[in-house]
Amino acid sequence: MPTITYREALNHALREEMARDPSVFLMGEEVGVYQGAYKVSRGMLETFGESRVVDTPIAELGFTGIGVGAAMAGMRPVIEFMTWNFALLAIDQIVNSAAKMLYMSGGQVPMPMVFRGPGGAALQLGAQHSQAFDSWFAHIPGLKVVAPATPYDAKGLLKSAIRDNNPVVFLEGEMLYNVKGDVPDEEYTIPLGAADRKREGTDVTLVCHSKTVALSLKVADQLATEMGIAAEVLDLRTLRPLDVDAILSSVRKTHRGVVVEEGWPFCGIGAQVVDEIQRAAFDDLDAPILRVTQADVPMSYNKQLERLAKPQPQAVIEAVKRVTYRED
Amino acid sequence: MNTAVTSPALDANRRDFYFHIYRQMLLIRRFEEKAGEAYAQGKIGGFCHLYIGQEAVAVGAIAALRPDDYVFASYREHAHALARGTAARAVMAELFGKVTGCSRGNGGSMHLFDAANRFLGGHAIVGGQIPIAAGAGFAIKCRGTDQVSTCFFGEAAVNIGSFHETLNMAALWKLPTIFLCENNRYGMGTALERSAAVYDIAHRACSYEMDAETVDGMDVLAVHEAMKRAVTRARTHKLPTLIEARTYRYMGHSMADPIHGHYRTKEELEEQKARDPIDQLEIRLIDAGLMTADEAQHIDADLQAQVQDALRFSDESPDPAPDDLYRHVYAD
Repeated sequence: MPTITYREALNHALREEMARDPSVFLMGEEVGVYQGAYKVSRGMLETFGESRVVDTPIAELGFTGIGVGAAMAGMRPVIEFMTWNFALLAIDQIVNSAAKMLYMSGGQVPMPMVFRGPGGAALQLGAQHSQAFDSWFAHIPGLKVVAPATPYDAKGLLKSAIRDNNPVVFLEGEMLYNVKGDVPDEEYTIPLGAADRKREGTDVTLVCHSKTVALSLKVADQLATEMGIAAEVLDLRTLRPLDVDAILSSVRKTHRGVVVEEGWPFCGIGAQVVDEIQRAAFDDLDAPILRVTQADVPMSYNKQLERLAKPQPQAVIEAVKRVTYRED
Repeated sequence: MNTAVTSPALDANRRDFYFHIYRQMLLIRRFEEKAGEAYAQGKIGGFCHLYIGQEAVAVGAIAALRPDDYVFASYREHAHALARGTAARAVMAELFGKVTGCSRGNGGSMHLFDAANRFLGGHAIVGGQIPIAAGAGFAIKCRGTDQVSTCFFGEAAVNIGSFHETLNMAALWKLPTIFLCENNRYGMGTALERSAAVYDIAHRACSYEMDAETVDGMDVLAVHEAMKRAVTRARTHKLPTLIEARTYRYMGHSMADPIHGHYRTKEELEEQKARDPIDQLEIRLIDAGLMTADEAQHIDADLQAQVQDALRFSDESPDPAPDDLYRHVYAD
């Protein structure tokens, strides 16, 4: 099986879907001539032409609205944000238009479109370029929210997102673009709304998505070798709809859980996961579910402070020790 | 850039067309009057923005479109749906929140949709529909067909960012889209002169080298001619146009707002009513011998009966079922 990067996996998904369906087009800043700010769309202008790989001015609200209107008129737009930080300028069209059109039209106007781009912190980009808005978008009925962690998942989920008849917020990771993984040549898709067990375990469930999947897998290795703790790593993959069944069946087995996410703690994804668990599996728990998140502060530029703000492996280990009562 | 638009002379061969637009304007007037009454009776909830005074704009413009063209509007859009061919029953039932409404009761006054007639909303965030309409223009361009997308919005929307972002892209990409600004002089209670550095809205198209014209929005035939020129530009030459139609609303911003008061005088309102678009057309048709006063009365009686029927239908229609709460959040 070929090994490719997350970036290439997204590129392949876009190419395959555009070749398959002439109503799919890619629109955003620098997607064409420049080959993509993060090179996700490399070579696509040459393959599909400027009518389907559309460079826009810096006008997020405008081009996102144009995507909404194109979807209403029967196209399947893929709107790229250079980063999700910039998408805040377009949130009116995502939330007020795309998420509501089907409902407020009484079912007449579906919105088959994808909003995608990198989110979360990279390295020393400062407060305005280092934000994970996962829970913001997951809050909105009418949107689906996907956040893949691996090249295999990125490709299969993006293909499903493009074929979906709903507006899909597709959160990529700036720090994930170079991650490599096995991706088959054969056609495949991954259904939206299905979590994936990335590592089997019996002692504690680490619930994670996007960048925190690799972090959780690394921690799970360390827990196994240093403490003999078998951690199960559950990658949510889709945040809305949330795969509650997968979360509950894992926690019912391990009786313990830690939710690891890149966003801020207040009203975060972990808050929702913990709520689902306590309501449905309270009697199965042997310890409170703990959460590891980004620190509740804007991101500092300073390298040391930035490291302290991000969810750290040591914080996950400490949380696992607490829920397994292995505290020193 | 601007074309001086005068009302075209009447052509006896177009009598049917004149009757059609006269009927449409009068239907909207009678519909809105009854909607105002139903609101006062508590049968219509929320915000309800009436179109009385502006009828010439929606009717004159939409009469220049084909059934397969796209139409987008703001939250003051009962008229646009009616002019596009949505049944008075379906529009009134939507205002009543009934399941027989054109948006199944989920939209209300501000979110009328009729996809079969290519009327795609009903958008209640000021200016939100401007890029959306250009998006339909983009889809038309992608498919290489010769449809036109038309966007109606008020003059207060020209001060928000998406207006400028969209006009720039529509001109840059040559999108077959008509931006029709209904300048009724007030954004809620703020006069144009108090909110815009440039009062001449059509002038704003200069920034994007887009064709533009200003038209008397109280003259339905003048609006129609200006719109026909814009449609040709879009359909044949694949170019966008900005039209400013100078009109006036007789009612308050919404049913919750005063008709006049701090922001405009009663005298100004009465002065504008002397230019009433329906009266103007009626007088011209009668003077030209194309319509009799009897015919006008007959049409009015017929339309009032149609609106009464819509009210009765809406009263008798059921609410959506409780199960409908969770329908249409997601498409299959």
